[in-house]
Amino acid sequence: MEFRRQKDYLEISELDPFLAELLRQIPESCNSEGVEAAQQRIFSAPAAASETEICAEWKVYVEPELRRLFRSATETVTADLQQLESCTKPFANCTLRIPAENAEAWLNALNQARLAIAAKYNFTDGELCDHYRSPIGSRRDLGLFQVNFYGFLQEFILQEPL
Amino acid sequence: MQSSFGSSVENPVIEQETHTAEELDLPWQVVVHNDPVNLMSYVTMVFQKVFGLTKEKAEKHMLEVHQLGRSILWCGMRERAELYVQQLHGYLLLATLERTN
Repeated sequence: MEFRRQKDYLEISELDPFLAELLRQIPESCNSEGVEAAQQRIFSAPAAASETEICAEWKVYVEPELRRLFRSATETVTADLQQLESCTKPFANCTLRIPAENAEAWLNALNQARLAIAAKYNFTDGELCDHYRSPIGSRRDLGLFQVNFYGFLQEFILQEPL
Repeated sequence: MQSSFGSSVENPVIEQETHTAEELDLPWQVVVHNDPVNLMSYVTMVFQKVFGLTKEKAEKHMLEVHQLGRSILWCGMRERAELYVQQLHGYLLLATLERTN
C-alpha cells in the first residue's frame, strides 16, 4: 500500500484485496443501530445526568443534527469508495483517490467506525495500544485490526493541513 | 435645610441589586474527557478548529486530557458552551458542559 499526497486529492495505491475490503466496510461499520454501547458512545451525553433539562433538550434538538452530520460524512465516503468497484480483476490491487474537500468527511466516518467497533467489542486500553498484536484469529481480532487500520488512515489524512 | 428632592421620596425603597442575564449565566465550562480511541493528532486538530487555538496550546489541552482524564477548554455563558459541546460531539469527542464551582 502506498500513500501519495497530490494537490487536490490523497491517493492510496497498491491496495490489496483485503485492505480494499476493509475500506468497503467503513460505511457498514459506522452503523451503530442496535448496538447499545456504540450508540451511547457516538451519541454521548452533553452533561451530567443530573442536568435533566439540558440532556432532554439535547435529545430533541441536537441529536437529529448530529445524525444528519454523521450520515452525510458516511454518504461522502460511500460515494468515494465506488472507485474500488472499478477494480475489474478479482485479486488485483486497487487505487483510491480521496478528494481534498472530502478529507474531513473521511476523518469523521473513520472515527465513527473506530468508535462503533471499539464500543461493540469493548476493547481495553491495553488492546487498543497493542499495535503488535498476534495475527487475526477471530471476528474480534479483525475488529481490532480495523480500528488500527482506520486510525492509520486518519493519521495519513491529518499529516498535512486540510 | 432640605434639598429640593427631599419631599418627593420620603421612604425610598432600595431594590435588590439584580444581575444581568449574562452574569446569571456565567458559570459554565466546556470539558473534554479522555477517550482511548480518538487519536491524539485528531483531538489536537479538533481543538484548533473549534476553539481557534494554536497548535501548541491545542496540544497542551490534548495532553491534559490524555494524562489527567479531562481538560477545561472554555468557560462562559451556557448558550455558547452548548454550541461548543455540540461542535465537539460533531467531531465525536467526549465533551460535556458543567457548572463551574
